[in-house]
Amino acid sequence: MKIADLAHLHFDEAEAEAFTRQFQHILDYIEKLREVDTAGIEATSHVSLTKDFEQYIFREDEIKPSLPLEESLANAPDSANGHFSVPRVI
Amino acid sequence: MDFISALEISESVRSRKISAGEVAETCLKRIDDFDSKLAAFLSVERERVRTRAQEIDRLVAQGERELPLAGVPVAVKDNICTRHLRTTCGSKILHNYIPPYNATVVERLERAGAFVIGKTNCDEFGMGSSTENSAYQVTRNPFDLDRVPGGSSGGSAVAVSTAMASLGLGSETGGSVRQPASFCNVMGLKPTYGRISRYGLVAFASSLDCIGTFARSARDMALFLSVISGRDEHDATSAPVPVPDYLSELRDSVRGIRLGIPREFFSGGLDGRIKLAIDQAIRDLAALDCEIVEVSLPHTEYAVADYYIIAPAEASSNLARYDGVRYGYRVPNPRDLSEMYSRSRCEGFGPEVKRRIMIGTYALSSGYYDAYYRRAMQVRTLIKKDYEQVFERVDALVTPVSPTPPFKIGEKTDDPLAMYLSDIFTVTANLAGIPALSIPCAFTADGLPIGLQLHANQFQEATVLRIAEAYARAYPVTAPPFKFL
Repeated sequence: MKIADLAHLHFDEAEAEAFTRQFQHILDYIEKLREVDTAGIEATSHVSLTKDFEQYIFREDEIKPSLPLEESLANAPDSANGHFSVPRVI
Repeated sequence: MDFISALEISESVRSRKISAGEVAETCLKRIDDFDSKLAAFLSVERERVRTRAQEIDRLVAQGERELPLAGVPVAVKDNICTRHLRTTCGSKILHNYIPPYNATVVERLERAGAFVIGKTNCDEFGMGSSTENSAYQVTRNPFDLDRVPGGSSGGSAVAVSTAMASLGLGSETGGSVRQPASFCNVMGLKPTYGRISRYGLVAFASSLDCIGTFARSARDMALFLSVISGRDEHDATSAPVPVPDYLSELRDSVRGIRLGIPREFFSGGLDGRIKLAIDQAIRDLAALDCEIVEVSLPHTEYAVADYYIIAPAEASSNLARYDGVRYGYRVPNPRDLSEMYSRSRCEGFGPEVKRRIMIGTYALSSGYYDAYYRRAMQVRTLIKKDYEQVFERVDALVTPVSPTPPFKIGEKTDDPLAMYLSDIFTVTANLAGIPALSIPCAFTADGLPIGLQLHANQFQEATVLRIAEAYARAYPVTAPPFKFL
């Protein structure tokens, strides 16, 4: 349940029980990776980086048109005075 | 069933033999006739479609020439943003989300003269292999309504399979285009990671996610891919690699192409009917003068475990944005901010999404990161290296797509691991970032589609399309008539 808190999720008791069982089942399967010898193997996080990628991922910091305020707030469940509104925190 | 090919539609619309308006009406009629049984679409906004079709006809009348997809109807998976058109990701948490912008793929399609016919059903946030995990509806397989269409991009696969659209956009994290393509008797392409901009694709697992495409022929697929591929300044991971004219690359024969058969894809739980069909296809390809070579991808058996660490880990981080603040579902009257987060997320997300967020949060949590996520990324390197070595010897690989034909609705919903294992032949391509194409191969005796998968090296989409075109021409697959009609 500590994991659920970290993920900002909440489960009732019946849900938690089914979940724990499936979770364990999946974790047991994932343990399979321990069989692999990974000593000295680099970790891959980006699979198709081209050699000249640096010239593409950096750019000048220029001001470009962005969404008007009204449109940015249009999907908000609650907003006021041009801001998103949330329950009181202090 | 006239005008289902995108190439044909586009030619006819540009030469004004037919109008985009007529194409749109044909598709809308078909959706009216079919979709109450198939449930492929989550939204079809008829007036918007008609207005857009008129706009295309006006452009053609004005002599606009650069419209390679003039009047072509495209079904778009509901996790791809369409400006001012509801985009739910099949999730309750985005039930009312109206994107203020278009995904780059949608932008490029529209610029080419295509139009969005509707938004299609999918597993919530792309998490699933059957389209059963949608918060809205269960999409059905057009060849057997009691079976799944595959997933997560099941709605787009069904739309293209039944000609409710000519082309379909889907997305892939672990096989979500190829597997439904194989279940619905259409072609489904997962391109090289970075080939197509992900801008406007709602993120699931960013290092694996790709936009993928559905079409009914390699020629349509080639045209489609040429239009939407290429570098996009809005997606830093989009590749600065030139986009060939894929259509003109199709003209060559396949004589002398070296095809690898990876032995790891033909063992274990592979259904006997699929094995027979793929074996026959390999003999057929040999008869087209392809050279057949047996090869090995030794780390394949770890791919599903690897995937089910990396994908949930990245998902748990990406899905942190659904907090009920800027968009999406917010629980009514929360006690405080923390309760607003947790209850909005709990009521907004379905069980599979929560399961994956939990797995991912666990795999990334302090003390477990090295054992899970880091190790998984190392194993990913090994899987990628397997492919690199094999592609020194062969041009492409031939494998099955799914270990079984389309399964029954409800058959795997209580056993998440069984569902995960149905991705066994597709996840390796996502982990290695290579292109992979599913093409129709055969039907079982009881009329269920079987797909064949082709893998090629990074940015070699032209190779798999070329093989697909030659194979489909030489050995066309005859589909049984749809029984639901």
